[in-house]
Amino acid sequence: MSARIVKPGAIGQPFSRVDGRLKVTGKATFAAEYKVENVAHGALVFSQIARGKIKNIETSAARNAPGVILVLTHENAPEMKKTPVFGSDSEEMGAASSSILYLNTDEVYFNGQPVAVVVAETLEQAEHAATLVAVEYEEKQAKLILQAEKPDAVLPEHIPGEPSDLKQGDAEGALAEALYKVDNIYTTPPFNHNAIELHATLAEWSEDEKSLTVYDSTQYVIGVQEMLAKKFSLRKENVRVIGSFVGGGFGGKGNAWAHVSLTVAAAKVVKRPVKLVLSREGVHLSVGGRTPTEQRVALAANDVGKLTALIHTGFTQTTEHNNFAEQFTFPARHLYKSENIWLRQEMVHLDIVPNTFMRAPGESPGTFALESAIDELAHEMGIDPIELRARNEPDRDPVKDLPFSMRNIKEAYRVGAEMFGWSKRHAAPRTMRDGRFLIGCGVATAFYPAYQFPAAARVEIHADGTAIAQSAMHEMGMGSATAQAQNLADELGLSFEQVRFEYGDSNFPYAPVAGGSNSTISVGAAVKAACDDAKKKIHGLVGEDDASPLKGTRFDEVEFREGGIYRRDDATKGETFHAILRRFEEDKIEGEGEAAPGAESEKYSMGSYGALFCEVRVDEETGEVRVSRFLGVYDCGKIINPKTASSQWRGGITMGIGMALTEEALFDVRKGRIVNPSLAEYHLPVNLDVPNIEIHFLDIPDPLTPMGAHGVGEIGITGVAAAVANAVFNATGKRIRDLPITLDKLL
Amino acid sequence: MSETNSGGREFADRTVPVILQINGIKHELQLEPRVSLLDALREYVGLTGTKKGCNQGACGACTVLVDNERINSCFALAVQYQDREITTIEGVAHSDQLHALQAAFIECDGFQCGYCTPGQICSAIAMFEEFKQGAPSAVTEHLAETEIEFSEAEIKERMSGNLCRCGAYVGIVEAIREAFDKEAAR
Repeated sequence: MSARIVKPGAIGQPFSRVDGRLKVTGKATFAAEYKVENVAHGALVFSQIARGKIKNIETSAARNAPGVILVLTHENAPEMKKTPVFGSDSEEMGAASSSILYLNTDEVYFNGQPVAVVVAETLEQAEHAATLVAVEYEEKQAKLILQAEKPDAVLPEHIPGEPSDLKQGDAEGALAEALYKVDNIYTTPPFNHNAIELHATLAEWSEDEKSLTVYDSTQYVIGVQEMLAKKFSLRKENVRVIGSFVGGGFGGKGNAWAHVSLTVAAAKVVKRPVKLVLSREGVHLSVGGRTPTEQRVALAANDVGKLTALIHTGFTQTTEHNNFAEQFTFPARHLYKSENIWLRQEMVHLDIVPNTFMRAPGESPGTFALESAIDELAHEMGIDPIELRARNEPDRDPVKDLPFSMRNIKEAYRVGAEMFGWSKRHAAPRTMRDGRFLIGCGVATAFYPAYQFPAAARVEIHADGTAIAQSAMHEMGMGSATAQAQNLADELGLSFEQVRFEYGDSNFPYAPVAGGSNSTISVGAAVKAACDDAKKKIHGLVGEDDASPLKGTRFDEVEFREGGIYRRDDATKGETFHAILRRFEEDKIEGEGEAAPGAESEKYSMGSYGALFCEVRVDEETGEVRVSRFLGVYDCGKIINPKTASSQWRGGITMGIGMALTEEALFDVRKGRIVNPSLAEYHLPVNLDVPNIEIHFLDIPDPLTPMGAHGVGEIGITGVAAAVANAVFNATGKRIRDLPITLDKLL
Repeated sequence: MSETNSGGREFADRTVPVILQINGIKHELQLEPRVSLLDALREYVGLTGTKKGCNQGACGACTVLVDNERINSCFALAVQYQDREITTIEGVAHSDQLHALQAAFIECDGFQCGYCTPGQICSAIAMFEEFKQGAPSAVTEHLAETEIEFSEAEIKERMSGNLCRCGAYVGIVEAIREAFDKEAAR
């Protein structure tokens, strides 16, 4: 073994974002901003009823309005074929948000369904003309109320990969006999992702109509490519989808919503490029958000605080056209050991905009209910909530009966308690005060599974000693491009400055949807495979070359560092990529690779965890809640980039504070219309709502994942609403089980 | 095409000449009076650094500087802003030299997706001018105060018109402090 000191690699360094300069100078190009000649502008007309049939659609006023080129309705739209729906067709991960054949049907399935597209010379003309389209409907009875439709709730076959009803032992029986118990209903309202970039599609057909280029604000370029190829009967390779910069997604751009294919159809008819940017109202109406949930959590414990029953059941809403279950029972499958467990999720079908995944689908509302309940039980028993969690920490995954690949929750709580000063907290509610402000502290656990999906990448090592890698991955602000550049640099033994990562283009090798916090490890493993391929090729050149000091070496006898290949047994013997490629008169060496999750995902329970600490100040007179301190201590494997990962966690916590205190899509149950479809009335947290969130991470690698890493995008929002609610209880003595925790609920 | 009408002439008749001075360059445009300053920048001038997030003055993504003051350009008609000095994010840096705040945004990771960033940066530049001129904010204790502390609360309050859904507020405040703290202390 050589005792050479290994230079620290790029992984683990807090590099600033590779796209930072473009973003701060306004030069990052988002979908609606590509300069395309002769572009026409589109605007949507939305249905104003929730269920029925279009009896008549009067378009003449719109058609005759200045600048209007086309009014596309179900009467004149080209055929768009049915394609697989995301999540509900298990054989294929389609990008379509629902099976509704927009503009190929006169049926109306939800209030806000696009029923016409107006295309005009200018944006102003298109938007104005859209207001002139008059639709007459034959209305049908719509199903709009979760509570009312509960008797017809269905038990889905599965909730992404897991049983929708799971019983171990007799949880209800144990609950009935328990010494200590809590049994409550928790509700969460509908949420909207509300990425600040409005959804945009810019479609350009070739003259022969055989190929299509689409600039789209999407988290799934390959999915949109496949969907459009099928919808318009094109060869997949003739459809190119580009989404280099995406202005936030959070799940809201993971499916292709109605406007995507409608823009493509309109461009086909007018034989010109068409750009369509949804209005903010259009985002709320036609892009689904997170379903509301009604959850029951019941916990029972024996005299020493060991759980004897854990029940987590409830309802979410969805539509006949997408069937997406928000898997809120996932955290309860992995967080606590209990003698008896019962988990069950049912779905109610309504006539609403199809729901979809939003940051930590399931885990986000699920941790609110579960982690509130744990706090309630701790209070009931007079045990510190961190201690109660520790007493129920499982050694193996409770429902899968598998070992954990890594799990350091107790350590996260230990570190967090010390950093936060948890010991100074008063356990009795309403006992800390600063003038008219009641002060309270709460904790909750964050949880998100570690997912890896199949992905592919290609890499080029250039004669000048630089390298690029490509994959159809996405960068919506997660820092993926920066993290993958770090990975690439380390794989090839180059410096961070010598490499570049290209993404967001369906011409690049396959990458999965940016969802489930999978990108870092899915694409990371593919980049490694592509680098291995390139490294073997370049070693193949020198291994039998008389001119090379590496002649006669086997691949496992060399290492790649400092821009070249060197013998492991003699660090002085080697040569640079530059020298090798120049000698062989090659300008580059290419490598390709694919990766998929290995058998370990079946043999281990793989998750990420966090310990959250929150302090609130509640105005006793107005009921206003301010989050004054927040600390997240995360156990998410090896952190590739501490700077960008910390931003991800802070961003998730910020969204969690919104979920806890301010956010709620208001739904008119008579008409099925969302009545606050704007950023003025759907309240995202603003700068002053968010304290100086502190982040700490354990940085303990997962021995079983690529780079030892886990994704970190989703976990940030999990547990936050519970940490806030638990702190509010500690401050006020009021337990709020119905989000958001608005002033009225505290007065 | 049967759906096409002959609206071209009417379209031309409804426009008026509009001259905009943007980042030191004069742009002579022919616009309908209803065109917002934001859409004029993005769709007619081709300066897409300024972003549209809500089109109703609720998110601040469209913030630009007009005679060094910040405005929501979605809330302004282009025709109203002739003869004014408009600065967009494209005009904040001096050729290749980033504005100190732009550099600080990169260093402090004051953004993720980068969509609200041009608005945040333009807003913060004008916010600091307002602060220096002694304009109080909702969190300033006494309205008559002459010496306002450039505190975290002051920055947060004054930047609360610019939404960031990625939740980069901590980095945004850090970046503003890094860029302006020294000058604020003078």
